[in-house]
Amino acid sequence: MHPFSWLSVVIWLPVLGGIVTLALGDSRAQAARWAALVSSLLTLAACVPLYLGFTNGTADFQFIERVPWIPALHAQYYLGVDGISLPLILLTALMTVPVIIAGWSVVEKRPAQYYAAFLIMEGLMIGVFAALDSLLFYFFWEAMLIPMFIIIGIWGGKRRVYATLKFFLYTFLGSVLMLVALIYLYLKSGSYSIASMQQLPLSLNEQRWVFLAFLLAFAVKIPMWPVHTWLPDAHVEAPTGGSVILAAIMLKMGGYGLLRFSLPITPDASHELDWLMIALSLIAIVYIAFVALVQQDMKKLVAYSSIAHMGFVTIGAFLVFYILSATGSTRGAVMGLDGAMVQMISHGLISGALFLCIGVLYDRMHTREISAYGGVVNVMPKFAALAVLFALANSGLPGTSGFIGEFLVILASFKASFWFALLAATILVLGAAFNLWLIKRVIFGPVANDHVAALQDLNGREFLVLGVLALTVLLLGIWPAPLLNMMEASTQHLLQQLVTSKIAVGLR
Amino acid sequence: MTNLFGVAVNAWPAIPEIWLAACACLILMLDVYGGSKHRGLTATATMFALLIGVLLTAGFGMIVQRTLLFHGLYVADGLGTFLKLAGFVTMATAIFYSQDYLEQRAMGGGEYYVLCLTALLGVFVLISANSLLTVYLGIELLSLALYALVAFDRDSGIAAEAAIKYFVLGAIASGALLYGMSMLYGMTGTLDLDTLSAIVRRGPDGGLIIGIAFVVAAIAFKFGAAPFHMWVPDVYEGAPTSVTMFIATVSTLGSFALIARLLSHGLAGLPGYWTQMVAAVAVLSLLLGNVVAIAQSNLKRMLAYSAIANAGFVLLGFATGRNIGYQAALNFTIAYVLTTLAAFGMILVLSRSGFEHDEIADFKGLSSRDPLLAGLMLVLMFSTAGVPPFIGFWAKLWIIQALLASGLTWLGIFAVLISVVGAFYYLRVVWYMYFEAAVDQPAASRRPRMRLILLINTLAVALLGLLPNALLDICQRLFP
Repeated sequence: MHPFSWLSVVIWLPVLGGIVTLALGDSRAQAARWAALVSSLLTLAACVPLYLGFTNGTADFQFIERVPWIPALHAQYYLGVDGISLPLILLTALMTVPVIIAGWSVVEKRPAQYYAAFLIMEGLMIGVFAALDSLLFYFFWEAMLIPMFIIIGIWGGKRRVYATLKFFLYTFLGSVLMLVALIYLYLKSGSYSIASMQQLPLSLNEQRWVFLAFLLAFAVKIPMWPVHTWLPDAHVEAPTGGSVILAAIMLKMGGYGLLRFSLPITPDASHELDWLMIALSLIAIVYIAFVALVQQDMKKLVAYSSIAHMGFVTIGAFLVFYILSATGSTRGAVMGLDGAMVQMISHGLISGALFLCIGVLYDRMHTREISAYGGVVNVMPKFAALAVLFALANSGLPGTSGFIGEFLVILASFKASFWFALLAATILVLGAAFNLWLIKRVIFGPVANDHVAALQDLNGREFLVLGVLALTVLLLGIWPAPLLNMMEASTQHLLQQLVTSKIAVGLR
Repeated sequence: MTNLFGVAVNAWPAIPEIWLAACACLILMLDVYGGSKHRGLTATATMFALLIGVLLTAGFGMIVQRTLLFHGLYVADGLGTFLKLAGFVTMATAIFYSQDYLEQRAMGGGEYYVLCLTALLGVFVLISANSLLTVYLGIELLSLALYALVAFDRDSGIAAEAAIKYFVLGAIASGALLYGMSMLYGMTGTLDLDTLSAIVRRGPDGGLIIGIAFVVAAIAFKFGAAPFHMWVPDVYEGAPTSVTMFIATVSTLGSFALIARLLSHGLAGLPGYWTQMVAAVAVLSLLLGNVVAIAQSNLKRMLAYSAIANAGFVLLGFATGRNIGYQAALNFTIAYVLTTLAAFGMILVLSRSGFEHDEIADFKGLSSRDPLLAGLMLVLMFSTAGVPPFIGFWAKLWIIQALLASGLTWLGIFAVLISVVGAFYYLRVVWYMYFEAAVDQPAASRRPRMRLILLINTLAVALLGLLPNALLDICQRLFP
């Protein structure tokens, strides 16, 4: 196949870079920074052959690496990407670079450990998306909690210990039952390979239990209402980089899990329980959007808006069955899945950028209270331009990537039911409301106080980071075809798996 | 003469025990005549004795085929060889960690090492037991040495209290074991575990069940499993840290051997009767250990409750009554011993003359005082909490898999959920080390050699987490 194992490179290169950074130590902070930057850039560079070498139009896994890992457990070191995982890997590699740069002169406390934690986490997160063996997947999935626990706990805000413990225990609790489900599937299929689990016939009852175990793990990560309460705490207390990674990548792992595990492994249970998923998603969209509206803290506002936007991912993924039974149109069903995927990528970029913007303000003012700001545009015009762009993208402005995902999902929900579409579309109003109101209070108006008056506009480093993200958001918004083409075959294939009942004859 | 020679040749498989017994006597003599003149002589001699023991076991005693010796009282097999090698290595590492600590507290006398060797001999006898009598001999040899070791710091009131408590409760447990064994003997007319196994296969009767209940209670006591755990916290906290480490590691290997020989071999014919008792004990231990550990402020005491909880995990493996469960239990035991050894080594490396460094609060800000040690402790804590990529994850995973494969799904679910509770108190140590400001403390001595061993020990925890197959494979082969 492919002569060079690029996937292993993008997983282990950042991990190694992290270890080197750690070894350089806090006393050689400048060297550690450069080591971290170089590692993250090299990882991004190593993604280029992945992107270029990826063949669109096939749902087969590519860049496959498969060697025995734990023969005693029939687990393999089995990696590969398809149109669903590759965009997420690219997103991960892309978002880690700004995180490293954003911390450049800001993180004073134990800088080497800071960068090392982010690099190691990058590798582990890419591992989550690339693993085709469910034990390997779980291995990365859980291991990633360690660096995040450290990041929030050391570099977080006042209540960081509470937030990080809540984050860890919440997600740990969610995951362990998934482990039980994976072991159960392994014992039935004789292999931890995800593909063999997807092909395994299961009775409806088994599927229900497995689905619920998976759901707990993924719902906590996404997070879906009502298991979302860890997210605002974690976001508010996390350092800027931590928030960016949390919002941009970690939440996507939950969505990815639904697409890779829940839907194909338990299609019949997904069909049976799709009302539950849609209901929870709609609650997340409508209710959480209202909650976002009343936040006083900028980070909390964006955190709640993330929950609402992730509701679009879950509803897009689970509309399939309604669309098929209402219209029979596979085109419409795929639209929902595509929308979910685009929404994940776009939300990763936009929410990451928004957290970086908040970080820019926080580094200068050391507060995230909305009321402490006002009239920032007068002193920081460059910043204001970019921040407004991201806020508009977050509310789904056409021409930005935020529009594509939301539009696809709302279109798909119209095919399912008018009421779903109506409720989902409230995000267009509410999202615009909380985003624009935030902008109005923070950016526009007269200069609120002396602190704001003394603000410095973006320096070159910050401008570069936000500028690149802004270009990406616009590019995907104006020309989403490369992304859509990349995942088209895979979402089609996923739909095939969904409509094929796994209930073996006589098991029902 | 030929007869004696014949016995000697036939006794080859017992070379580890013979060597240990000889060394214990020799080192006692060595200490009497040279110990006071050359500091550290006894410790060095002990290290050499253990090293040669490893070589002897690996060279001559590497028995893979099951061999019976001494009229069936003694068995040598692959499991025995593996556990003995583990015992030698564990004890050597433990002694390595303890040396400084003992010398600073004027406990470096030769008796300490002789008692440790005797206790190890007791563990070995347990490992090789193929008769109820041998089992009892091993238990007593181990326990009596341990009682003395716990009280080794003779000026410490808390240590004396712990030793008395351990002794009294241990004596009761020994009594229970003897009583249970006498019932087994009365019902079956044999002390030999092979024969016992064959006889009980015919079916249970009332006396046998009562006998089994007593035996299970004694095993639970040895493991420190609830509801026979009362001695564990006091002994762990009261004993000198080096002795606590010994009990938590070397003695745990003995407990594993005890249950493997007595229940999964000797009573293999009646699994349904003892597996339920073992499962009940395991569930209680997991619940009590994990919940009460949260309330502890002393690290040794916390590790005591963690030991209770971990005993619960090992017993869950045995509760399956099947080889996959025994494999998982063996794997768990080795993982636990490896990790616990390093955790106590951490306390010892940080301790100073007159300062134990055994409160969790003593770890506050360790990451800024000593980033390397804090990093190692982080690995150890996450490993015991069962988070990948460390060895503790695979240990738990395999137990849960064995439970599910045996149809004990609810026990598996209980085990994973209680692990989440357990994660909290391991995380708290990380929290104190990383998230709290440093407390003012004089720098610990560097102890470069000890750090190196600690580093290697922790790397083993991490590497066996990344590539766990070697250990899993051995465990699978030992319970085919």
